[in-house]
Amino acid sequence: MASYILKRVAGSILILLLIMVVTFFLMNAVPGSPFLTEKSTPEQIANANAKYGLDKPLYIQLWNYIRNYLKGDLGVSLKMQEGTPVKDIIFHQGKFLLSIKLGLYALLLAIIVGIPLGCLAAYFRGSWLDGALRVITTVGVAIPGFVLAALLLIAFSVKLNIFPTKSGNLPDFKSYVLPVVSLSSYYTCYIAKLMRTSMLDAINQDYIRTARAKGVKTGGIILKHALRNSLIPVITYLGPVTAGIITGSFVIESTFSIPGLGKYFVQCVTSRDYPVIMATTVVLSALVIVMMLVVDIVYKIVDPRITLTAKED
Amino acid sequence: MSEERKKLVEVTGLKKYFPVKGNLFEKKYVQAVESVSLSIYKGETLGLVGESGCGKTTLGRTIIRLYEPTDGRIVYDGTPIYDKKEKISVNMLPYRRKMQIIFQDPSGSLDPRMTVGEIIGESLDIHKLTASKKDRSDRIRRLLEEVGLNTEHANRFPHEFSGGQQQRVGIARALAVEPEFIVCDEPISALDVSIQSQVVNMLEDLQESKGLTYLFIAHDVSVVRHISDRIGVMYLGCLVELAESYELCSHPIHPYTQTLLSAVPLPDPEKNKTRSRLLLEGDIPSPINPPTGCRFHTRCPYAMPRCKEEMPELKEYSPGHFGACHLLEQNGSHNTSTSPNNKEDKE
Repeated sequence: MASYILKRVAGSILILLLIMVVTFFLMNAVPGSPFLTEKSTPEQIANANAKYGLDKPLYIQLWNYIRNYLKGDLGVSLKMQEGTPVKDIIFHQGKFLLSIKLGLYALLLAIIVGIPLGCLAAYFRGSWLDGALRVITTVGVAIPGFVLAALLLIAFSVKLNIFPTKSGNLPDFKSYVLPVVSLSSYYTCYIAKLMRTSMLDAINQDYIRTARAKGVKTGGIILKHALRNSLIPVITYLGPVTAGIITGSFVIESTFSIPGLGKYFVQCVTSRDYPVIMATTVVLSALVIVMMLVVDIVYKIVDPRITLTAKED
Repeated sequence: MSEERKKLVEVTGLKKYFPVKGNLFEKKYVQAVESVSLSIYKGETLGLVGESGCGKTTLGRTIIRLYEPTDGRIVYDGTPIYDKKEKISVNMLPYRRKMQIIFQDPSGSLDPRMTVGEIIGESLDIHKLTASKKDRSDRIRRLLEEVGLNTEHANRFPHEFSGGQQQRVGIARALAVEPEFIVCDEPISALDVSIQSQVVNMLEDLQESKGLTYLFIAHDVSVVRHISDRIGVMYLGCLVELAESYELCSHPIHPYTQTLLSAVPLPDPEKNKTRSRLLLEGDIPSPINPPTGCRFHTRCPYAMPRCKEEMPELKEYSPGHFGACHLLEQNGSHNTSTSPNNKEDKE
C-alpha cells in the first residue's frame, strides 16, 4: 500500500508538470497583456515586462516557473493585487478557505441527503415515493445552479426575508444555507439517481437472498449487504466532484457575493494575471489528483476484489 | 415407503403468484406454483425435476418462505409455519436455523465484500450459536474442513475461489446453523461436470453423518435419480407425478414424465440410437396465461376433451406412486399401455 501511494505521488508530480506546461502555453497563446490599458505607453509596457521577466523567451519563462514552483515560490500577482505574493492571495486571504468551506458543506449535504434518498427510492421501487423522488431528482439535475440560486433568493430572501441576499464571508449559519443548497442540489439529485440504480442492482443479487435465508433482518440486509455493494459508482462519482465542488462554483459565489477562489480565478483569467492563473490551476489540479488517489484507496477498502498493485494478483 | 416415517415438511395447496405488469383494468400474475401438495419425510431426499421455468426453484424457495406464499399451508415438523386460511404466518427467524438453502449460482450468492469467515460467521452471530470468539473461529474452521476446504480459506474473499470451492463455501454457510432440512436449489448446475460428482457425493456424505433431509432441485434427471429417494416431476407450476426414484424411472405414469425420461441419454450408444424418442410439440405455455384444465393438454399426445375443462388431481395410483392425469383415472391403476417407451426403461 505504501509503495503504491509513493508511486502515485511520483506520478502526480509528473502530471502537475505537464499541466504547468500546457497552462503556460495556453495562457501565452491568448492575445493581450496584463499591462495593456488604454493609458499605458509602449515604454511603460516594456518596463513592466522587463520587471517581471515577460520580455524573456518563452522557454526561459517556463523554466523560471518550474524552478520557482519546485522551490515553493508561486510568484507575485501582476495585476489585481500587484506585487502581492500569489501564495498569500490563494491561501492567506481566506479565498481558498471560503471556497473549501462552502464546497465541503455542499458535498456533505449531497452525500447525507442523496444516498438515503437513493436507497429509499430503490427499496420502495415502483411506489408513489419512488415516483415522487424520480420527478424531484430529474428536475434537480436539469435545473442549473444559478437558476435555483435566483429562485431561492427571490423566495427566501426577497419575499420571506429569512436568509440574507449577500452571503459575503459566510459569517453565520443563515448565510450558508442558500449558497450550500443551490451548490449541492445538482449533486444531491445526481447521487440519489446513481444510488437508486446501483442499490436496485444490489438488492436483486443472489447474496441478498442468501442473507435473508440466514435470517438477517431487512435493515441489516440494506445496510450491511446492499449498501456496501452499491457504493462503488457513487464513490467513483464523488472523486472528481469533491475537487470540483470544493474549488467553488464561480456562478454560485458571484450570485451570493462570496469572495471565494472560484470567482477570483475567473477574474484573473480575464485580466491576464499570469502567475495567479498558473498558481490557481496548479492548486486545483493538485486537489483533483489528491481526490482521485483518495477515491482509489477508498475503493480498495469498500471492495476487496479491487487490487491496487499488480503484485497483489 | 413406510408410512411410519415422520413427515418433516408438509405442504398443502401451495401457490405462489408473482405480479407482472398488466393493464389498468386487470392485474396479471405469473402463476409460478399452482396448488402443489407434497410431503417430505425425515432423512429422505426428495428430488424435483422439470423444465426451466416450471416453478421448481420457486416451490423450493416458497417452502422455506424466502418468498411469501400466495395461498396454501406449510407445516414444518408438526407446526404450521404458514396457513393462508387460518392466517398463520410465524416469525421465521427460529426456522431459519432449521431450514436452509444452497443456491444455484455459487459466486452470486456470496457477498463479494465479506470474507468466507465473515459469511459463515454471520449465520452463527444471528442465531447466537457461539459462546466466545474462539468458539466462533473454531466452528468456522470445523465447517470449512467439513466441506473440504482449508482453514486458512476463512480469511479469503469469495472471488479468490473456483466455482466448486465457492459452492463448498455456500454449503458450509448453510450447514453453519446445523439445519435439519436443506433445499438444494440446483446446487451443481453451475459447476463443471468433473466437480459435480464431488459435490453430489459430499452432499450425500453430509446427509448420512448429520441426518439431513434434502429437497434436491435439478433439471438433470440422471443426477436426481442418483441422489433421490423419491422424485417429483413438475410441469408449469403443477406437480404431475411423484414416486420412489426407481419406480418413477421404470414406470412413469404421466405422459409428461414419459417424454422427460425419454430425453435422458442412455449410456449405451447403440440402445440410445435405436430407442424410440418421445418428442413434445410446441413450447411450454406462458405461466401468465396457462392453459385451462390440465396444463399439459396443449402438448399431450393423449389429450382428451375432458383435459381442456378440468384440472386433474394428484392421486395415488399404486402405493406411493402419485400422478395427476385423467387418462390414469379412466384406466384405473397405472397402465403400461400409456407408456410407449417403458420397454427401454425396464431394461
